[in-house]
Amino acid sequence: MSENGARPVGGKILTPFFVFLIALWGLGTIAGMQRWIGGLGAATAMSDGYPWGIWIALDVVVGTALASGGYAVALLVYVFNKGRYHSLVRPALLTSALGYSTAAVAIAFDVGRYWGLWKIPFFVASWNLRSALLEVALCVMAYIVVLWVEISPAFLEHFKGGENAGLRRLAEVVSPKLEAALPFIIAFGMLLPTMHQSSLGSIWLLAASKLHKLWLSPWLPFLFLVSSIAMGYATVVIENTFSSRAFHLKPETKMLGTLGVVSAWIVVVYLVVRIADVVWRGQAGAIFNEGRFSFLFLAETALWVAAAAMLFAPKTRTNSGLQLQAAFLLVAAGVLYRFNTYLFAFRPGYGWTYFPSVQEIVITFGLVATETMAFLVVVKKFPFLGGAAAR
Amino acid sequence: MDPIRRRTVLKVLAGGAAGAAVLGPTRAAAAPAYPEAVGLLYDSTRCIGCRACVTWCKRANELPDDEMEINGAPYNAPVDLSATTKNIIRLAQDGDRTAFVKAGCMHCLEPACVNACMIGALKKNPTTGVVGYDVSLCVGCRYCEVVCPFNVPKFVWHSALGARIVKCELCRHLPEGPACARVCPRAAIVTGKVAELKADARRRIAQSPAAYYPEVYGERDAGGTQVLYLAPAAMSPHQLGLPDVGDTPVPTLSHAIHGGIYKAGIVPAVLYAAFAYTTWSNRRKGAQAGEEPGKKEGKP
Repeated sequence: MSENGARPVGGKILTPFFVFLIALWGLGTIAGMQRWIGGLGAATAMSDGYPWGIWIALDVVVGTALASGGYAVALLVYVFNKGRYHSLVRPALLTSALGYSTAAVAIAFDVGRYWGLWKIPFFVASWNLRSALLEVALCVMAYIVVLWVEISPAFLEHFKGGENAGLRRLAEVVSPKLEAALPFIIAFGMLLPTMHQSSLGSIWLLAASKLHKLWLSPWLPFLFLVSSIAMGYATVVIENTFSSRAFHLKPETKMLGTLGVVSAWIVVVYLVVRIADVVWRGQAGAIFNEGRFSFLFLAETALWVAAAAMLFAPKTRTNSGLQLQAAFLLVAAGVLYRFNTYLFAFRPGYGWTYFPSVQEIVITFGLVATETMAFLVVVKKFPFLGGAAAR
Repeated sequence: MDPIRRRTVLKVLAGGAAGAAVLGPTRAAAAPAYPEAVGLLYDSTRCIGCRACVTWCKRANELPDDEMEINGAPYNAPVDLSATTKNIIRLAQDGDRTAFVKAGCMHCLEPACVNACMIGALKKNPTTGVVGYDVSLCVGCRYCEVVCPFNVPKFVWHSALGARIVKCELCRHLPEGPACARVCPRAAIVTGKVAELKADARRRIAQSPAAYYPEVYGERDAGGTQVLYLAPAAMSPHQLGLPDVGDTPVPTLSHAIHGGIYKAGIVPAVLYAAFAYTTWSNRRKGAQAGEEPGKKEGKP
């Protein structure tokens, strides 16, 4: 039994759904072989005009924003000292650890010379500190380590009560030291996402000649950071709602409702800056007379507004179905903002076009399936869920 | 031809309050000077589109032919810059006017690609200013391709282990200099020190003002480039297909914002200290009150 009441939910691993996930993993692996044997060109629709496709826009950029739940909840609990959300921390951190690890695998698929990735953290003398992408790479690498350390108490607790004497001893030795160091590790767990979620926006400051003016903004880092926090809360709501239904845990509807209001206020801040920036830069006209770009901007904005309105509605605070819908709207808004920046509002010129190949899509599904399988195995075997319900 | 529309970075900068806060110190940093900067001068009025430069660029850089079979006969027919073609001659059309135009690396004074590159696979030579590529430092992330306003860096897509970036490095491996300039039968491409090339370009315009568009592309564009262009009188450089990227170096906005936020690492250090202190003190307060946030549900 965990310190905060979380427990392994138990149950059979090899459910029909799990078998379906294995099938997706298999398809992804077959498609992946093409990339590893024939190169990126053999498996993807990427080109010299669109050098980044959905592996970056979806698997890495959207994936890590959705995996910001651990960060977003940690901010609430540790910085704003809202202890009542504490039961959300552990599952949120698990989703984050798995989400970021999945993004790392996606990066290994995506970069052409993956065997040189290890040089990024170690070639300190060669670091180009002007590169926002370097900042992202270093922070993401470090953050993956931090996340696994942050969730390690759950594994250590399990080992303490386990049968393996070696692991039990290990847990007994490591746990108190970890406990003492945790505030400083947690602080890293908040600093690193603040840095790289904003830098995922800063990346585009350098593509000043190619990004449409509705998206090219000095506020890119701020907008990416703030929207990632809102998306992180949305993931917490989605994960919690599904987990409580799947594993028959007491739903934390009231807490998630309050969390929804917090996210709605974050969306308000985001929208005020987003719109004010466009107007301030004198691009208000572009909101309406730039064809498909105007449409994308308006669609993005409409999704944010709809999500916030729904989260503010009193009915949503007590209805877990509405919470789920609002969370999906929030995710859709964040996804569209990221897709707009990374793909739709990117204009390489010379008639280049991009639509993901079947392999890119299948591999993406394979990655998500793998992540889901890992989540299911971990919560069934280790104490992550049900922290509040046990009280 | 795609219109890469007028987008002066300054306009964007002027609008950003965040930009304003950090603008001063970062933008004050002067562009690095390359006293021995070498480059190319391409004169569209002299080019006859023979593509000798294209063929010899391939030879000099050991790049394979781009074979294409037309009516059963094979041709070396590169159609654009690619992983096998670092230099190409395009036909620019504007109404019924046409002109040839060379495409290849501009060797910007402040290149977006070099600013993008994580561990310096792309770097400017401190003496010659040539943007060189070191494959051993490249992870194949392709950020350089994303940010280059001239769409110059190209990627080897169809090889799992041969993946790399390909771009003109001004034949820095050849003591005799760029092959394209050496083989051009019309002196449409000449090489030399950038200062001399600029003077040469100005001289050509002064000698035949009727033949030339009165502007040397690359003198100020994108903050200045080491490859310069002369356009025919009837067509502006933009009509030749050279993008209108304004006179501000492309990395200016990124320097101001990203560089401003991370200047000397102060912001991250302060943030870390703040996070660590609040986490630590909140936990201690919680422990004193007998309800550490890590153990029980706090009172709302």
